[in-house]
Amino acid sequence: MASLLNEARPPVFCPGCSHERITHALDKCFQNMGLDGNQIVMISDIGCSGLFDTFFHTHALHGLHGRALTYAMGIKLARPDLNVVVTMGDGGMGIGGAHLLSACRRNLDLTLMVLNNFNFGMTGGQFSATTPPEAQVGSGFLNRLERPLDVGQVARASGATYVTRCSSYRKDLPEEMERAIRHEGFSVLDIWGICTGRYIKRNKLTPQTIEETLASLPPIEGAVEENARKEYGRHYREVAGTLKPVSPPAKTEKAFEPPEKERREVILVGSAGQRIITAGEILCLAGLTGGMKVTQKNEYNITVLRGPSISEVILSPEEIGYTGIERPHVVVALAEEGVQRRKQIFPDLDENTLLIQVQGVDVPRNHAEVHQINFKAQKIKSTDWALAALSAMAKLNKAITLEMLRAALGKRFGGQVLESSLQLVDRVEVDG
Amino acid sequence: MGLSLMEGNEAIAWGAVEAGCRYFAGYPITPATTIFNTMLQLLPPLGGIVIQGEDEIASMGSCLGASMTGLKAMTATAGPGLSLYSEHISFAVGSEIPIVIVVVQRLGPSTGSATRGADGDIQFMRWGSSGGLPVVVLAPVDVKDCFSLTINAFNLAETYRVPVFIASNKEIAMTRESVDLDAIQRPEIVNRPAPLPGKPFLPFGVPEGGSVPHFLAIGDRILVRQTSSTHGADGYITTDYNEIGGNQERLKAKLESAVDRFSFHEAFMAQEADTLLVTYGVTARAAKEVRKVLAADGIPISLLILKTLWPVPEVLIRDKAEKVKRVVVVEMNTGQYVGEVKRVLGDKKVDFFGQMDGRLISPNQIREVIRHG
Repeated sequence: MASLLNEARPPVFCPGCSHERITHALDKCFQNMGLDGNQIVMISDIGCSGLFDTFFHTHALHGLHGRALTYAMGIKLARPDLNVVVTMGDGGMGIGGAHLLSACRRNLDLTLMVLNNFNFGMTGGQFSATTPPEAQVGSGFLNRLERPLDVGQVARASGATYVTRCSSYRKDLPEEMERAIRHEGFSVLDIWGICTGRYIKRNKLTPQTIEETLASLPPIEGAVEENARKEYGRHYREVAGTLKPVSPPAKTEKAFEPPEKERREVILVGSAGQRIITAGEILCLAGLTGGMKVTQKNEYNITVLRGPSISEVILSPEEIGYTGIERPHVVVALAEEGVQRRKQIFPDLDENTLLIQVQGVDVPRNHAEVHQINFKAQKIKSTDWALAALSAMAKLNKAITLEMLRAALGKRFGGQVLESSLQLVDRVEVDG
Repeated sequence: MGLSLMEGNEAIAWGAVEAGCRYFAGYPITPATTIFNTMLQLLPPLGGIVIQGEDEIASMGSCLGASMTGLKAMTATAGPGLSLYSEHISFAVGSEIPIVIVVVQRLGPSTGSATRGADGDIQFMRWGSSGGLPVVVLAPVDVKDCFSLTINAFNLAETYRVPVFIASNKEIAMTRESVDLDAIQRPEIVNRPAPLPGKPFLPFGVPEGGSVPHFLAIGDRILVRQTSSTHGADGYITTDYNEIGGNQERLKAKLESAVDRFSFHEAFMAQEADTLLVTYGVTARAAKEVRKVLAADGIPISLLILKTLWPVPEVLIRDKAEKVKRVVVVEMNTGQYVGEVKRVLGDKKVDFFGQMDGRLISPNQIREVIRHG
């Protein structure tokens, strides 16, 4: 195969920069693999490694500092047939650390080459995530206070399935690159090199010393056996292939006459865990069976199973604009947390409002028509009070009828849950 | 005529699928999470892809990658995530990558209140990227809009190769509503135009008479370059200031000169009205009620509900305000879009009412402002 190097745009690195060796090794690797340019996507970010996308006749995407792996994810998932090669410096690896960890955990079939030259070459030789503490760099004393990150160890610990730590001067670098690209899964090459423009002005680093340092470390080379698993994209398609398409949104036709033809506003106030939001939804569905337009606006804290829970439902024969409720026709008080959150509505309630008050739940002074119900005495659990209150509303001919409620339950639930909720609705006594 | 019960977020997901969206990536955040949930149900069985990114930056980055392979892509977040999208919004603007970004606004600043609504990010969507070039922002009022504006958002993203925002709000996104899905007018689906065969392809080459480059996907037989760097038509870095300046002007003009073609709105004009009420988003629902109540009180007003916020539909606003003495702008923030209306209307009297405390602005509050100033 011919070289994929872009002759019109030769490498522009500082004399002696090891990035240039890597450029030629990668070209050799592509040739050895027999790849055409349109089978490859080169993805790069910012820094000297970010020039790589311009050197090759391949597809290319150059983006923001440290984000190369994020673009690669979208491209590889959309086009699993492409060979996606990401180049990144030690700078991009550091700022995009979360993306490196996630790519290792996902095991999508990408090849990441970290062109690790231990400093930010382009901006003046500042320290990066891999700069040794003893190095003299453009960040004054700051690198002395931080510990460098071992890319290879991090990648292995995070689940990468192929990790190699090596020198830019390694003889079989093209072959090692090919092994990484051919590996089905996420491959990381931590390729150590020399920044002639910045780093070695004040630090001694040669191909020889890189070799010696690498030799003094435990080797990290090739497939990581303990991390071996399915490639993410293949796995994704396997699982997604078993999923059934979702049915279009359910429709409800008018089947019944509502007991009241006018707009009706209902507020359910209680506490999280009382299934108030679900009850609000069922009230809406019941409204739909009566040919009404409906809205349901909910309020709750971000915490789950604690705090107030409030559902405001409007049933109306007309289109509904504003979804807030200031003068409700029905207030259902199920727990004091919700009552307290809406305490400002109570002083204004008059006899036009029916207040369904569960016995034991205190409410502020008001002039509503109060209907107390003792659900405890009826052996109804607190988690069912909201639904039981809808039954009470229906039995008192407010907004919905029992047949509307039953039909709504049939739309929302099935099987055992439907059975037990229908039984509950039937057994609620409004005079107790 | 059957009605469906659905919240705004679900409607956005269904609209996206209908528009041809096949890639969604997002990071969980209230009140946008149910878009992710719904997309996760809808897309994978259709062969589409849904990803939970490690953060918002990754989510949007992966959408840009997927979009560059030709897939229609969408992401969704709230204010704190929009902050993290910023660098990729700039990328999408400058490098003309189509994407739909849903921002389900919640009460800010910062992490603010996760479960309370606001329209506090209206200027942030427009200006939250480096370079200051325009984007499209559409603002739905209800579930129906969430569905149809999402389709329009994809069409605009494809037509102009830009990021298109949907400026939703917790109060639309998580409020369930009855909707007749069959009755919604669907715009025709638009796909990004491919280059004409036989001509050499330049990734940012603009066809004669046009203002938007033709699109080829990364992975095509012909090589495609994409870059966030200042580039020429060939997708390589350029230092030619004429080329650079011309390109910036084009990126600005391709949207700002076209906004009259997509100035979505509703207008209720009363012949004898002295006042034009201008609003958008969920507040428009209260405004519609106010208009009826005031008409019954013998005080007719006109109402303009803007659904395209950016670029500012200046011709539309000027046209609707022409005959009135006074314009009242009502927003669920401390005053953001009113500045645009004032700018467009010059010396016309423009009053403002805003509220940003987690509550909806009620019809009574708007009525008081209109009656008593």
